[in-house]
Amino acid sequence: MAESREMIRVEKLNKHFGDLHVLKDIDLTVGESDVVVLIGASGSGKSTLLRCLNFLEIKNSGSVIIEGEAIDPKKANLNQIRQKVGMVFQHFNLFPHKTVLQNVIEGPIQVKKMKRATAIKEGKELLEKVGLADKTNVYPDKLSGGQKQRVAIARSLAMKPDIMLFDEPTSALDPELVGEVLTTMKQLANEGMTMVVVTHEMGFAREVSDSVVYMHEGRIVERGKAEDIFDNPQEERTKAFLSSIL
Amino acid sequence: MEFIDYIGHLWDTLIASKGMFYEATKLTLKLTVVSIFIAIFVGLFFALLKISGVKPFVWISNAYIFIVRGTPLIVQIFIFYYGLSYGSLQISGFWSAALGLAFHNGAYIAEIFRGAIQSIGKGQTEAGRSIGMTSGQTMLRIILPQALRRALPPLGNQFIIGLKDSSLAAFVGLAELFNVSTTMGSNTFDFMTWLIIGAVYYLILVFILTMLVGYTEKKLAIGD
Repeated sequence: MAESREMIRVEKLNKHFGDLHVLKDIDLTVGESDVVVLIGASGSGKSTLLRCLNFLEIKNSGSVIIEGEAIDPKKANLNQIRQKVGMVFQHFNLFPHKTVLQNVIEGPIQVKKMKRATAIKEGKELLEKVGLADKTNVYPDKLSGGQKQRVAIARSLAMKPDIMLFDEPTSALDPELVGEVLTTMKQLANEGMTMVVVTHEMGFAREVSDSVVYMHEGRIVERGKAEDIFDNPQEERTKAFLSSIL
Repeated sequence: MEFIDYIGHLWDTLIASKGMFYEATKLTLKLTVVSIFIAIFVGLFFALLKISGVKPFVWISNAYIFIVRGTPLIVQIFIFYYGLSYGSLQISGFWSAALGLAFHNGAYIAEIFRGAIQSIGKGQTEAGRSIGMTSGQTMLRIILPQALRRALPPLGNQFIIGLKDSSLAAFVGLAELFNVSTTMGSNTFDFMTWLIIGAVYYLILVFILTMLVGYTEKKLAIGD
């Protein structure tokens, strides 16, 4: 995949929360159709990095380049960029006052100004794809966590993003529900979606990812193919982290 | 015996005066509905100012709430009455009282809305923004519908307070329930009977309002 187009480039990214220096000189590139998994202890900055990629957090310095375009959050139309960069959250954040289908068609209708009939048709196709065709008119509170997360994935996909960000998508799920969400994500990866995933699912990282990035205290310590990182980590910190979780 | 006789007298008076109280009830209702309706928009406006995070907007909103909470309602109604119904404006007694009540209830409703909006998790805003919605769209389509649902119980409470507080409009000469009760009381020297009758009408109105709020709560509870 050496020839692949660069979808995300992050250069010298720094982020502070008050006195806390959360991200320190982060450099990261993600090519088209790449699946990059971010791992690290909580507080290592991996979620913050992910949130900087769709500007839910605004960097303090450095640059974020999305599909070749350097984004200045003060000038750019962030709403337009976010349409290209979908996001799936740990706690799903479905709209509880809307049905499953209404959740999925909200973006296409309100943001893309798509015709309602078209949005419904595409929405139903997406729900079928994530295995929830029978839940279209159900409210989120009637769904299991795994089903909620698959609706959330469908909601993001409805915007036809070029990049999907996953912020610990299975961390809030009961263990028996993790599989169904990972299956959906694998399917997405196989279709060539560019994905950046913060996760503790090492099995997923091993099986699906093109590269694994290990973060510690706001820095990228090591990046490599999953088998290299897991079986032959070069850095002491990576070794310590992996031995603590595996 | 005396007590039973009195109940009989009270009942007879209640029936005999129903035409008069019908008119007074209509005025009380009109005053309440109009003032609460305006107060909802005033409240929403100041709630949004307060959560906008823009300093001057926050100050304006705080000042408004400070003034309303810090002064008696009767003073506010009189200020609106003398301020609006005299001079070049010549606004009717009804409208000056309605606006006074709306100005007053608006501050409390603003705080109710603010609390409800802030109780909706940050994740909802982020989910809206992450699919490309503007902050306005997110507020209007994602946050407010959920906030309104949470605001309904305290709003219902405020509506009831608003209904009862409309009795203060008697002091600017509106022939609403309290005014009719006290006027009839002083005409007949039978204050107790007329005040009890007035109280009965208020109770009935509050009862109906409570039912309406409860019904709306149930209807909106879908999917929550």
